[in-house]
Amino acid sequence: MKERDFKIYRGDNERGELVNYKCKVTEGMVVLDVIHRIQADKANDLACRWNCKAGKCGSCSIEINGKPRLACMTRMNEFNEEEKIVITPLKSFPVLKDIVSDVSWNYEQNKKIIPFSPSKKDKEKDFVMMQKDVDRVQHFRKCIECYLCQNMCHVLRDNEGKEKFSGPRYMTRLASLEMHPMDKADRIADIKDVHGSGMCNITRCCTEVCPEEIQITDDAIIPLKERVIDRFYDPIMIFFRKIFGKN
Amino acid sequence: MLLYSKLKEKEKILNNDLITENWWVSPLLVLLGLLSFVAYSTWAAWQGEHFWWSAGNEGFGGYLSPFYSPTVYIDPSKSGVPPMNHALLGTWPEWLWWLPGQSPAWLILIFPLSFRFTCYYYRKAYYRAFSLNPPACAVTPIKGIPSKVSDITNNKIKIFNSGKRYDGEAGLLILQNIHRYAMYFAVIFIFILSYDAFLAFFNNGKFGIGVGTVILTINPILLGCYTFGCHSIRHLIGGNLDCYSCSLYKDKVNHNSWKIVTFLNRRHQLFAWLSLIWVGLSDVYVRLVSMGIVNDINTWGI
Repeated sequence: MKERDFKIYRGDNERGELVNYKCKVTEGMVVLDVIHRIQADKANDLACRWNCKAGKCGSCSIEINGKPRLACMTRMNEFNEEEKIVITPLKSFPVLKDIVSDVSWNYEQNKKIIPFSPSKKDKEKDFVMMQKDVDRVQHFRKCIECYLCQNMCHVLRDNEGKEKFSGPRYMTRLASLEMHPMDKADRIADIKDVHGSGMCNITRCCTEVCPEEIQITDDAIIPLKERVIDRFYDPIMIFFRKIFGKN
Repeated sequence: MLLYSKLKEKEKILNNDLITENWWVSPLLVLLGLLSFVAYSTWAAWQGEHFWWSAGNEGFGGYLSPFYSPTVYIDPSKSGVPPMNHALLGTWPEWLWWLPGQSPAWLILIFPLSFRFTCYYYRKAYYRAFSLNPPACAVTPIKGIPSKVSDITNNKIKIFNSGKRYDGEAGLLILQNIHRYAMYFAVIFIFILSYDAFLAFFNNGKFGIGVGTVILTINPILLGCYTFGCHSIRHLIGGNLDCYSCSLYKDKVNHNSWKIVTFLNRRHQLFAWLSLIWVGLSDVYVRLVSMGIVNDINTWGI
């Protein structure tokens, strides 16, 4: 058992500092275990949000050495023994206390999305869909809403884009609805104007950070951008739609 | 004002100093890679000669550099150029006197260049490496060209398209939406370069194989793997559909094509770099052989 150095952000959104702690690290520990041990032994008032400790609830999103991670899925043996580990809250969202962030802005974005809208006819009869039709949608359903992608996205993190862009998580949700074979709602104009698909410049950090390995950029954002192009920017598509109708 | 200074205090703690990994390695490699390619291709396009080799034979076949294919106009007074029957529109016209090096490469390079510039992979690469907003994930953007290191650390520099002014691809970069049109031209180039590969199997009408043949055959294969893995093709071929099983045609044609494009699309970055390097190497090889610096090993015995 070796005692190692940690720095943890203590404070709120307005005032805070990095506080040094020492903690004994044993084999198999993850960063969340360390936080719990420090909480039990050294800082009983340390706030920390967690739930499943299995990478499935998305509660324990924090930043470890400046990188957004799930505390429960970051093993201590990833780091050098001498390395000081700095644990901070999500940079893109206000701090509630210590390393707990207020992610309620994300829920507000969710409310802007037109919900799943099957036609009345499809609702009444049994709609048959094949696996190949829902593969893409199921891929997006793996999302655990940890908001690491929202935190990592440079539009929201560094470029003050919260009023213009809903973020990668909601691009993924929009894609899962738009690609659903049963859904009949039209969200393309909203994707461009309300959710700001044009704000994303394909930097792909959301995909890199996703703990569920959802291909957010390739499978959600780019297909949505292409659908927006079909509707608003491709003159040939617009011309054909005018002549042959909507489809 | 009080709140602003307090927020600054929090932001000061959550800065790039926390990052322990060498985040600058990847954007630096991309920067050097892309700059080297741009520098070499500009130089190669400027030359306007030594882009063809057929050992002086005028018959069917020879090696043509991919930077110069198709050759729209040919200036026959230059060395290392194809015979006049390879020119799409004839001899070099008077009105194009201003093009550097009287090089036909300038007339066609805009097509592959626009395809790569608007490519969904390269956007990631150059946004990170050149605009530095952000240079790597979770790294605070470096805003502007610093005159001293403290300008970066003090966050003094602000440039276009950062902070509140950031408008992603909704402002000037809305032009990125032409990608699918650039793709249509890039697909035509795959067929042209495949014909060049076929041409490389012949010299003076005689079939044979040389090192150049192999190089010029791999070239359209790699370019094809890159081009046909394009996100726009993936969308147009089947990604735009919500229900594949709703019709037999969509099931068999669209879904299967979409799966093939998706396979290549997952490797888009790999093929983007392989094809970029290979197309450069192809030009280097044809140029060296055409200049007589390298002897092509082949079955023609020339």
